[in-house]
Amino acid sequence: LSRAKKAVVFFEVEILDAKTKDKLCFLDKVRTYFFSSYPQWYPARQSIRLDPKGKSLKDEDVLQHLPVGTTATFYFRDLGAQISWVTVFLTEYTGPLVIYLMFYFRVPFIYAPKYDFTTSKHWVVHLACMCHSFHYVKRLLETLFVHRFSHGTMPLRNIFKNCTYYWGFAAWMAYYINHPLYTPPIYGEQQIRLALIVFLFCQIGNFSIHVALRNLRPPGSKTRKIPYPTKNPFTWIFLLVSCPNYTYELGSWLGFTLMTQCLPVAFFTLVGFIQMTVWAKGKHRSYLKEFRDYPPLRSPILPFVL
Amino acid sequence: MLHRFLRGCLSYSVSKRRRKYGGVTALVSGRHFRVWSPCSFPDSVNLTATVVQDQTPLRVAVMSAAAPGTSKAAHSDVAPKRKKGPGALATAYLVIYNVVMTAGWLVIAVGLVRAYLARGSYHGLYYSIEKPLKFFQTGAILEILHCAVGIVPSSVVLTGFQVMSRVFLTWAVTHSVREVQSEDSVLLFVTAWTVTEIIRYSFYTFSLLNHLPFLIKWARYTFFFVLYPMGVTGELLTIYAALPYVQKTGLYSVTLPNKYNFSFDYYTFLILIMISYIPLFPQLYFHMIRQRKKVLGHVEDYSKVE
Repeated sequence: LSRAKKAVVFFEVEILDAKTKDKLCFLDKVRTYFFSSYPQWYPARQSIRLDPKGKSLKDEDVLQHLPVGTTATFYFRDLGAQISWVTVFLTEYTGPLVIYLMFYFRVPFIYAPKYDFTTSKHWVVHLACMCHSFHYVKRLLETLFVHRFSHGTMPLRNIFKNCTYYWGFAAWMAYYINHPLYTPPIYGEQQIRLALIVFLFCQIGNFSIHVALRNLRPPGSKTRKIPYPTKNPFTWIFLLVSCPNYTYELGSWLGFTLMTQCLPVAFFTLVGFIQMTVWAKGKHRSYLKEFRDYPPLRSPILPFVL
Repeated sequence: MLHRFLRGCLSYSVSKRRRKYGGVTALVSGRHFRVWSPCSFPDSVNLTATVVQDQTPLRVAVMSAAAPGTSKAAHSDVAPKRKKGPGALATAYLVIYNVVMTAGWLVIAVGLVRAYLARGSYHGLYYSIEKPLKFFQTGAILEILHCAVGIVPSSVVLTGFQVMSRVFLTWAVTHSVREVQSEDSVLLFVTAWTVTEIIRYSFYTFSLLNHLPFLIKWARYTFFFVLYPMGVTGELLTIYAALPYVQKTGLYSVTLPNKYNFSFDYYTFLILIMISYIPLFPQLYFHMIRQRKKVLGHVEDYSKVE
């Protein structure tokens, strides 16, 4: 690699369009040529920039529109092994689905042998299993059919980090909820019913937001627009919040915590909330930077509060 | 062969929108280049070689980035390039803090020596320095605050981790499990900590005053060779000695069933802590060795007095 670091690769690039004879070179062509000289660095892992400390250029950037003269000097940085977002999402969501069910069905070696393959006598445990499974099936389907991703890939090590988080917490929660010594919620049916309503409301809300965000962006494009409330009442929260998908997600997990009255679930909700707040603040900041007319009433994740 | 490879890799990074352009001709380094861009062109591409005349082709020089500026040296005592450094008030406060801590650990050192001389043996010396040890070791929590606020250029996470592991040993093991307080392993780690901290805090004091004697710098980056393993051994032996008492009394443990559906076994937790030393200790040790090379590396060029 140190040999490659000092190597300077010169390309004379001239791209012509056979039909219009227009000279236009999108940056992904540069990546392609670079890749052909260095097969170990496929385009997804190339970070090409005009300045060594600058921002990475995008595929949509046009060579002729960059501030370069007749000779363009680019700096290359290896982003490391990449993996597609879709793959990561599918893996990290399938894990909790399967793992929770393993605890639910009390597969051997988890609890004492006399409990193997028994079922809990509390109906809230069955309800919790349905809710949890529904949540992750919804996420899987959204990954496949709803989301439009801005970036194709992320660094490979993320999949290990993310899967540890999701799978680890799923196992920890599922262990207690499906435990033979599980204690159902103190306020019984009232508590469970309220929790279920909150959970379902937020699931529908979360889905509505995902659909609304998808419709902002035509297929295959990477345009960024300000999201606004639509006819769907669940999207009216856009008036107050920049990232209502995270708000609804928090609500779902609060509902699930209430439903199961389980401390590990509360921890999971808290950690998730902290991470989503960080993301929401970042997204809110980038909206404010990009759009002059961004609605001032909106908060990143919690109306008026955060 | 090449194009199949490209097709596979390019599907990550090339956006799925259709380009309006038809064929692509590329003249690269005097050779004809066949390129298929699978996603951007609706159908495969016809190549015709077109020689360009009377026009200066765009030369693209792609060089690798000069140096990986973002190396993983998170915990570095050398001041980072961009930070302005603490202001005058912060510097004064830090000097006072470090002087107080140096004095505190000197008190502990003197206490140990006096107790040894008075008793004539090493056993049970912990009791003579118990209070100052707790006070000054707990006081180190302020260092996490210093990093968080920014007056010290270290990582909050790394400092937090180091301080909390010390505090954990002081309170959650040595203080909580009375029976280990008379163990010799306690003396082992207390001695290691005392010597380390006296050197470390005086190092910081002198650095802040810009008058660092080479001896202190040398001591800081040399004594750890012995003190680190000594401290770790003492800590591990102490935790190991505490295990039977923790198991017997169920100290800090929570069992099922309970209304929060949570359980915690302190005994297992302590065992996991001991296991965690295996990956962590070598990393920290080798980090110090690397720091030593960096800081004392050109020792031959310097004279003893700076």
